[in-house]
Amino acid sequence: MSEKIPIGEKVLMKGNEAIGEAAVQAGCRAFFGYPITPQNELTAYMSKRMLEEGRVFIQSESEIAAINMCFGAATVGERSMTSSSSPGISLKQEGISYMASAELPVFYVNVNRGGPGLGNISPAQSDYFQATRGGGHGDYRVIAFGPSDVQELYDFTMLGFDLADKYRNPAMILADGILGQMMEPLVLKPYEPIPDLPSKQPWRLGDPSTPDALLITSLILNPGGMEERNFMLQKKYETIIENETRYEEVMTDDADVVIVAYGTASRIARSVMETAREEGIKVGLFRPITIWPYPYDPLNKLADRVKNMLVVEMSLGQMWEDVRLAVEGKARVHLHARTAGGVPVQTEIIRDLKKVLASKDGEIVRNF
Amino acid sequence: MGTTQMKQVFGMPEAMKAEGRFYCPGCGHGIVHRLVSELVDEFGVRERTVGIAPVGCSVFADLYWNFDVVSAAHGRAPAVATGITRANPNVVCVSYQGDGDLAAIGTAETIHAANRGESFVTVFVNNAIYGMTGGQMAPTTLIGQKSTTCQLGRDPAIMGYPIRVCELLQTLGGVAFLARGVVDSPKNVLTVKKYLKKAFQYAIDKKGYTLVEIVSPCPTNWGMTPPEAMDWLQNNMLDYFKPGVYRDIGEEATVEVEPGN
Repeated sequence: MSEKIPIGEKVLMKGNEAIGEAAVQAGCRAFFGYPITPQNELTAYMSKRMLEEGRVFIQSESEIAAINMCFGAATVGERSMTSSSSPGISLKQEGISYMASAELPVFYVNVNRGGPGLGNISPAQSDYFQATRGGGHGDYRVIAFGPSDVQELYDFTMLGFDLADKYRNPAMILADGILGQMMEPLVLKPYEPIPDLPSKQPWRLGDPSTPDALLITSLILNPGGMEERNFMLQKKYETIIENETRYEEVMTDDADVVIVAYGTASRIARSVMETAREEGIKVGLFRPITIWPYPYDPLNKLADRVKNMLVVEMSLGQMWEDVRLAVEGKARVHLHARTAGGVPVQTEIIRDLKKVLASKDGEIVRNF
Repeated sequence: MGTTQMKQVFGMPEAMKAEGRFYCPGCGHGIVHRLVSELVDEFGVRERTVGIAPVGCSVFADLYWNFDVVSAAHGRAPAVATGITRANPNVVCVSYQGDGDLAAIGTAETIHAANRGESFVTVFVNNAIYGMTGGQMAPTTLIGQKSTTCQLGRDPAIMGYPIRVCELLQTLGGVAFLARGVVDSPKNVLTVKKYLKKAFQYAIDKKGYTLVEIVSPCPTNWGMTPPEAMDWLQNNMLDYFKPGVYRDIGEEATVEVEPGN
């Protein structure tokens, strides 16, 4: 480890770089990246730190190549990572689908920018569907964190590597341009692996101590074979849902209305909550920390007593759909959505909260 | 009467499975799979070898090879091999690819792995057609050659020209060994083996990128009998895809000390 990195201490660091350092501390053996804004600080940081540590850094020829390099590293049981932003993550979906199918661990980061298409380089959460529905072709899921500050970027990077290994499944962080680019204090915690990490020895390739002639593939042609594999994967996803769903509830006990928001949007929602409560509006915050698995059950439970929820997101109703699924009609789910660099504004959210409280049965408040 | 001493002079390589028999009659893949297996045995690296099965007919390579195999996405084998050998340099990696895989969808991965001087063995089987998907035009399909997607014959004005991969990669600094052989006779099969042996040696010694192109028949998709296919290969393919060594940095050199030769 470089002597300049004060592990255990509080430092000021850019979000993208905090992810990088957490990966180094978590034993990432190889980093494969390709330039794209707004995640460039991460690849730049890794180009230096990985070489300092005598590890592997490759600036690949494309995002497709980068994820397939991760695929290769995973087959021989080494921790690897890639990062990109929206259009680049679309290109990586091929490899992510193959890795989910072949049950290979990988950790990757999407510093979400505005889309669709080339979009812009502004912060957005519009890759929510892609992150929470698998993202590529086929029946699969990836573990997806939606951190809201630089400390969480650091912590969930470490946890992401562990959970990817534990479940032999891709795990990712969905950040955005604000989280990636901003500097914030964080504690550089030493890496402590989760207790029940399984050994890769039984399945990794190229290791003389493993069984003979192992095969890692996502191709199953015999009739019923692929369906059987997919049911097996589904069973694993159900275990992940049971064990790894994470969320936070703030002042929901007496709330008349609850804001549901994650990531950058949840930071704004937290400020809104403080201001609105000063104005006498009893508002709470429900923050999904994992966006897959999504905290459907806790939200459903909350809907037993809170009959109005306002989803605040930087995408056009993508998470809104999940909240509506969660509450099963027990609460009205309103929407305050911005997109492609549009960032929710406190005063406008408070305006909508007031509209929600004044709304009639069956009425849904939307800002657009 | 003295006892007769029996000595085995020919047999199945340990690195080959007995049950693998799936390719069409007259196909070159079986020969090339066996050459790879023989060399894995000769170098004594079976337990630390990882073969990459591409997308195409040779996606079934794991049914032939008695060592670890991973199947890669179409064209991505050089990237997967890069990840494998960088993450664990002790692994001997064989990236086995066909013409569509290597020279169409995986062109970028091939060129950049070569340029970085990645140390794995690339076995490039060129049969001028897509086999698995049913005989479509490949990047190496000859001018005038018919396929299911150029039924009137390849017209360069519309479809471009067949790509000569060895010649294309020749200029790149990371390349240690490039050769083109052909599996049309026992003598030429042995030449291919000699090329592959050098590629294995260089990959094990981390000398840089190695590729052996093997001109190989595909009777089924060429619509020929195996003997007709061999005649066609000899009379048509070898004029355009000339066998020989295209680059050899030599036993002493590595690409790191002599880039751009």
